[in-house]
Amino acid sequence: MFERTPLTIGLAALMFLATHAMPVQAGETSIILQSTTSTANSGLYDYILPIFKKKTGIQVHVVAVGTGQAIKNAKNGDGDVLLVHAKSAEEKFVAEGFGVKRFDVMYNDFIIVGPPIDPAKIGGMRDALAAFGKIAEAKAVFASRGDNSGTYKKEMSLWKAAGLDPAKASGKWYRETGSGMGATLNVGVGMGAYVMTDRGTWISFKNKAGLKILVEGGDKLFNQYGVILVNPKMHAKVKTHEGQAFIDWIIGEEGQKAIAGYKLGGQQLFFPNAQPGS
Amino acid sequence: MQDFGESFRLAFALVLSADGDLIEIIGLSLRVSLSAMLISCAIGLPLGASVAISRFPGRSAVMVLLNALMGLPPVVVGLLVYLMLSNAGPFGWLQILYSPAAMIIAQSILITPIIAALSRQVIEDLHNEYAEQFRSLCVPSHVAIGALLWDARYSLLTVALAGFGRAVAEVGAVIIVGGNINHLTRVMTTAIALETSKGDLALALALGLVLMIIALCVNGAVMTLRSTAVKYAYA
Repeated sequence: MFERTPLTIGLAALMFLATHAMPVQAGETSIILQSTTSTANSGLYDYILPIFKKKTGIQVHVVAVGTGQAIKNAKNGDGDVLLVHAKSAEEKFVAEGFGVKRFDVMYNDFIIVGPPIDPAKIGGMRDALAAFGKIAEAKAVFASRGDNSGTYKKEMSLWKAAGLDPAKASGKWYRETGSGMGATLNVGVGMGAYVMTDRGTWISFKNKAGLKILVEGGDKLFNQYGVILVNPKMHAKVKTHEGQAFIDWIIGEEGQKAIAGYKLGGQQLFFPNAQPGS
Repeated sequence: MQDFGESFRLAFALVLSADGDLIEIIGLSLRVSLSAMLISCAIGLPLGASVAISRFPGRSAVMVLLNALMGLPPVVVGLLVYLMLSNAGPFGWLQILYSPAAMIIAQSILITPIIAALSRQVIEDLHNEYAEQFRSLCVPSHVAIGALLWDARYSLLTVALAGFGRAVAEVGAVIIVGGNINHLTRVMTTAIALETSKGDLALALALGLVLMIIALCVNGAVMTLRSTAVKYAYA
């Protein structure tokens, strides 16, 4: 049945291609870092991870999802280290025994961007709560992440602190995209909406057309990132040694210097603030 | 929209530059989707053929099921495979989550119903012509299946290509089970999703054009192969 026709030879060639197109990864040491789109999209990891690899030989594979999904994945043991930005959720993760210990790594801040015509007149404000109040009052279109991400959690806490419940306007002026930060910014661009975003994503975002920073600087908009080793007592497959090496590095002098050294268009995106000896 | 012109320029520049990262991503896309296609053919073709030639109670229910499964949402397949392969899942011990192997499994599940349902139709049409002859010669069914699959091979190539097309174009499944990890599990579609989320729409569209060029090349290669094979067969 299998004569040597061009068809069978071609299929065999295809099969060979399929199985041998790429060399299988040799047994290098690697860890999986469950992290957020805000850090990955900003290009931070592309800058600092090669420095870490050069020093230790450990390859870090970054899975960039929302903070909620990253924590869920880590709970399932599908990662060695967690680096996200939702302090209370991170502390809960450790308290429940899924993580060993949480360390501060770095911070930047959130900003509110919107269309230059600024229908809610929030341009130049520093107080995020007052700005949210004006947006709700003007029923100006606001695009929210609407997922379980760190940014969304922060946004929710701000609405709550301002005594507002945007969920009531869901589908009207309050639009939950259910997608990542960049995708939500794309939506904001598309409908001239206000969006709360972390500054790192905004600086590296290339489709800013029609949106600009309106609110920044207030102390309510602080954005802290933390790092946690997934607890090997929960998941025996966790690469404790390599994961700990990464954490020691990123909260140590060298890693902190590398974070401070990452600049885009002359602007520093993340500010290291690990406490030495913590 | 200046993005279109910019994208075409970028797409050609990308292809011509033969950028190392791009080659790696294209290579992985082809490796994953072609492997998924081969696995799905190995399962789907015999499955489709046996449903085509056998008569059993509930056969039409099986056919409806196969046809309905062609519409499996990739993201649901991705989620199911994730839950299976997760360290908290039943197959966590395999340690293949976030690897090309996991992506191949997900895409195979996605396209096996397509291969099975379409080949069932192709084989059934052919079987209508052959049935009487098979009966008169008392051909056992496994031999009949082999003969039918072989005689329908050119139509089945198109079936396989339909499966490949679905696999190489989907993003929902591979982004969940692969994780879109740079230099490990990043394929064309997840790279496009990533560039879109970075707001680099021109680059995202350019990558999309490159993906279409690849699909065109694969289809072209198979068609050339097919016509050469036809020439040999009737020479």
